[in-house]
Amino acid sequence: MPFIPHTESDTQAMLRDIGVENIEELFDEIPSEFHCLGLKGIPKALTEFQLARLMRERSAKDQIKLSFMGAGAYEHHIPAAVWEIATRGEYYSAYTPYQAEASQGTLQVIYEYQTMIASLTGLDVSNASLYDGASALAEAILMAVRINRKSRSKRVLIPKTVHPFYVDVVGSITRNQGIKIVQLPYDNETGQVSLSALDAYSHEDITAIVIPQTNVFGVLEEVHTITQWAVDHDVLAIALVNPVALGLLKPPGEWGPDGVAIACGEGQPLGIPLSSGGPYFGFLSCREAFVRQLPGRLVGRTTDLEGTQGFTLTLQAREQHIRRSRATSNICTNQGLMVTAATIYMSLLGPRGLRRVAEHCHVKTRDLVSVMNGIDGVDEVFTGKRFHEAVLRLPVSVEAVLNVLSEWGILGGVPLSSWYPELGEALLVCATETKSDDDLKIYGQALRAAIDQVSEA
Amino acid sequence: MEPLIFQLGKKGRTAGAHLLEGVGEMELPNNALRDKLPLLPEVSELDVVRHYTRLSQKNFSIDTHFYPLGSCTMKYNPRACNTFAMLAGFRDRHPLAPEMVSQGFMKCMFELQEMLKAVTGMSAVSLTPMAGAQGELAGVTMIRAYHLDHGDDTRTEIIVPDAAHGTNPATAKMCGCSVRELPTQPDGDVDLVALEALVGPKTAGIMLTNPSTLGVFERNIKAIQEIVHGAGGLLYYDGANLNAILGKVLPGDMGFDVIHINLHKTFSTPHGGGGPGSGAVGVGDTLKPYLPVPFIARQGSNYVWEDSSVHSKSIGRLSAFMGNAGVLLRAYVYMRLLGESGMSRVANYATLNANYLMEKLKSVGFDLAFPSRRASHEFVLTLKRQAKESGVTAMDFSKALLDEGFHAPTAYFPLLIPECLLIEPTETESKETLDQFIAAMAKILEETQRDPQAIKDAPVSTPVRRLDEVRAARQLNVRYSYQDHEGLGEIEDPRSL
Amino acid sequence: MSEIPGQLKFTRDHEWVREHDDGTVEVGITDHAQTALGDLVFIELPDTGGSFTAHDACCVVESVKAASDVYCPLAGTIVNTNEILIEKPELVNDDPYGEGWLFRLRPDLPGELEGLLDDKNYERLLAEDNE
Repeated sequence: MPFIPHTESDTQAMLRDIGVENIEELFDEIPSEFHCLGLKGIPKALTEFQLARLMRERSAKDQIKLSFMGAGAYEHHIPAAVWEIATRGEYYSAYTPYQAEASQGTLQVIYEYQTMIASLTGLDVSNASLYDGASALAEAILMAVRINRKSRSKRVLIPKTVHPFYVDVVGSITRNQGIKIVQLPYDNETGQVSLSALDAYSHEDITAIVIPQTNVFGVLEEVHTITQWAVDHDVLAIALVNPVALGLLKPPGEWGPDGVAIACGEGQPLGIPLSSGGPYFGFLSCREAFVRQLPGRLVGRTTDLEGTQGFTLTLQAREQHIRRSRATSNICTNQGLMVTAATIYMSLLGPRGLRRVAEHCHVKTRDLVSVMNGIDGVDEVFTGKRFHEAVLRLPVSVEAVLNVLSEWGILGGVPLSSWYPELGEALLVCATETKSDDDLKIYGQALRAAIDQVSEA
Repeated sequence: MEPLIFQLGKKGRTAGAHLLEGVGEMELPNNALRDKLPLLPEVSELDVVRHYTRLSQKNFSIDTHFYPLGSCTMKYNPRACNTFAMLAGFRDRHPLAPEMVSQGFMKCMFELQEMLKAVTGMSAVSLTPMAGAQGELAGVTMIRAYHLDHGDDTRTEIIVPDAAHGTNPATAKMCGCSVRELPTQPDGDVDLVALEALVGPKTAGIMLTNPSTLGVFERNIKAIQEIVHGAGGLLYYDGANLNAILGKVLPGDMGFDVIHINLHKTFSTPHGGGGPGSGAVGVGDTLKPYLPVPFIARQGSNYVWEDSSVHSKSIGRLSAFMGNAGVLLRAYVYMRLLGESGMSRVANYATLNANYLMEKLKSVGFDLAFPSRRASHEFVLTLKRQAKESGVTAMDFSKALLDEGFHAPTAYFPLLIPECLLIEPTETESKETLDQFIAAMAKILEETQRDPQAIKDAPVSTPVRRLDEVRAARQLNVRYSYQDHEGLGEIEDPRSL
Repeated sequence: MSEIPGQLKFTRDHEWVREHDDGTVEVGITDHAQTALGDLVFIELPDTGGSFTAHDACCVVESVKAASDVYCPLAGTIVNTNEILIEKPELVNDDPYGEGWLFRLRPDLPGELEGLLDDKNYERLLAEDNE
């Protein structure tokens, strides 16, 4: 029996001690009409060896050679030590550190993580993480509505330059709490939030605004101007940021005159594999004044009864297991394992290493765009400064080109036609530090050939 | 004491293998760039590996200790699940990779959807919720969407038993509902008379865990189902305790309209020090149109994504992509390793272990919260008598267990039972381990009479003694800063690297 | 045995009320309540100007393991709160009837105060609860 250690004599001895004849008797409080007869639809058990073969075959099918896809999930080099250590059983198979004395490892890791995220975002306090970037944005918005009591409208400005899937998630999570999402258009030329459209809301009651850096097009926003606007109009500013970019870019805590109130984002770039979209982790940090409105777990440093330094979960009365229906959120989980990996990643990279990764991402994308600019009919759509993604317009169907490329083992980028039909045949490309100059050349040649093939067809 | 990683650092030290070369000039405006580098450790790779290895050794975990944490199903996490989920093709797959280069992954996920339907008795499954609480959010949002879709905007009350997990009422609130609390009777079943009085035209639904958080099977489930459905409400099954009935009872057969499944409990994906979880949801035909997107469908021999362009009534997305895909793969591997025969045995042995432990602990002198009932896969002890007689509380008992080399059970939950311990052994523990645990419990019980102060002083063998939680909350310290440590400082000129 | 001063009025929910000459009343939680709650780590005070009816939850006191409502003993409007408690919640534990007061209220209904328990009745209530 896989993973059940009982021998027949164990089972018999245990049944005897309980005072029943057989296991079935232990279920005698369940009305018999509900007892099911077997599990139809579950295949026969496989041995580990058989399953290894099956899984290798299936994973091999999905293996690709070269990818230029981004849009919220980014390929970075992950140092070998990250997952070697993170998957140690003591991290992998422990649970929430409710028994602090038996969980000092996990607790100290989270405290170190909180320090790193607070510093990256330039804010005072980070929680112990949330599910992913999109749900972290939803929680940040709910938090902003609780904080900004000068505003009654619960209207939140979300630029159209925020990842459309994030906007969907915010809608699903906040819809039943009376929060109204107002989408701000972008400037067709720069790819940034339209500042004139923003000005139109200067005389309306707005609770919060989301400022993406960088935005879904990879373009840097006018973060100082927008933060200043928020301050001037009693609107709470929420930064939605890429943590690797923050190795290079100004942290949200320094935007505008005094920085934003809340920053959040997707932690995946910090040492988490792409893995089809998860598990990732969302990070969320804020000014200390708002710490009681933070959702999720928080680790604090304290001392034990002998005065030794130690760590424990703190301010738990905000959370659902104590405050129940009046908690700051229903969230229970933090992405402990991902946080462990990210903390190891950030430690290995250090302040210089992370900055260099960010610089390389920026430069590789710049070089990729210049390769692509050399192809007839291919143009960059926006003029705004970018970090590590760019939008290209192709002379032929993006979908057809991507199909051809993927047959050659290349994932050419993310098509934007279903999200932004107004951009025509637009393709979002990303090149991180993982790409060599040869990779860029190979992609350039492949794209040229794919365009030719599609236009001849 | 292990220093903080920052304290191990030295100005100018790097893990050189991860430091890329400089890039020269970049065309980015100065006001967009950092003036100072962030506070990250300046350490060598060996420093990092030693530090995090040493920290790991300060944890209790399933791999190192018996971990009978009630309500959390801390069963063995097979290593194969991790190894196979981390195969390169799965590990490196971009979430938006085209279907034609994703068939391996999509086939696994489609089959997982099918298997979860089979073990829950539901007609459709969405894998996207990222944890139990998000599964709850999905479920209650679907219930609301259903009522609104049927022109009924008055159904905004969710009934929750007083013994429920805190996530249940918190979720109802997040979905814009108000919470009506349903009392429990002394025998552990809910109060049907009270339920009759609670339901009405405002009832959106009820959230139930069965077996309940009290470690007993709710015997009146059929009556509950009739009362709630009769009043126009829907039934939500909180799958926290699915391990107790896996292969024995299908929640769909009990009349539930929607269920979330904690894959990190029943299907053995790692708890990871507090996450990731995974909270797939299953629904009956009533709620099928509202399932969160995306999910995977089969067209001929191909697997395709379906999203709200096909399912216009869906409550939408809950995660940026499709949830915790890597966790889902681990659950898939686990289910294939168990197969039909293995899965039919889970509840049997989880229940056998729980009843054995309960019976033995009773015989060494512990009081059961529900002495007349069978244990489900877990059970509740109360130390009310010991607390009164010797002043030793459930907290003291928990700490003393750590000194005996066992992780403590869940303490002070369910809230209804004073000084309680909720104990869940799971099916993967052997009789020998259970017997050692019983001996440790008996030893501590004996000591509460002989030397209660010793128990109140526990733990003494852990890396730290009892922590000052009041200080942690009053003098909040949730991050390290350079002010705490001389000799380190921020790098003022990042261009000088 | 917990301290129960005379001259104060009490509620069944363990709040105390002190009358002032200007017609306002001061409200706090009793010694018995603070002992039962343990060390407090945060007090969520009501907004000045907020109006409540009797038994409305208007304030929250938090220990590390619990968050408990404080109910408004009388209908009225909050005229002042004890802001020091935000920094020093321990005052409620150290001096529940003095420096640990929570808020001041201007009652709406003049007679309502008389309906509360006096010290003897409150003492009796505690004795009954203890049984």
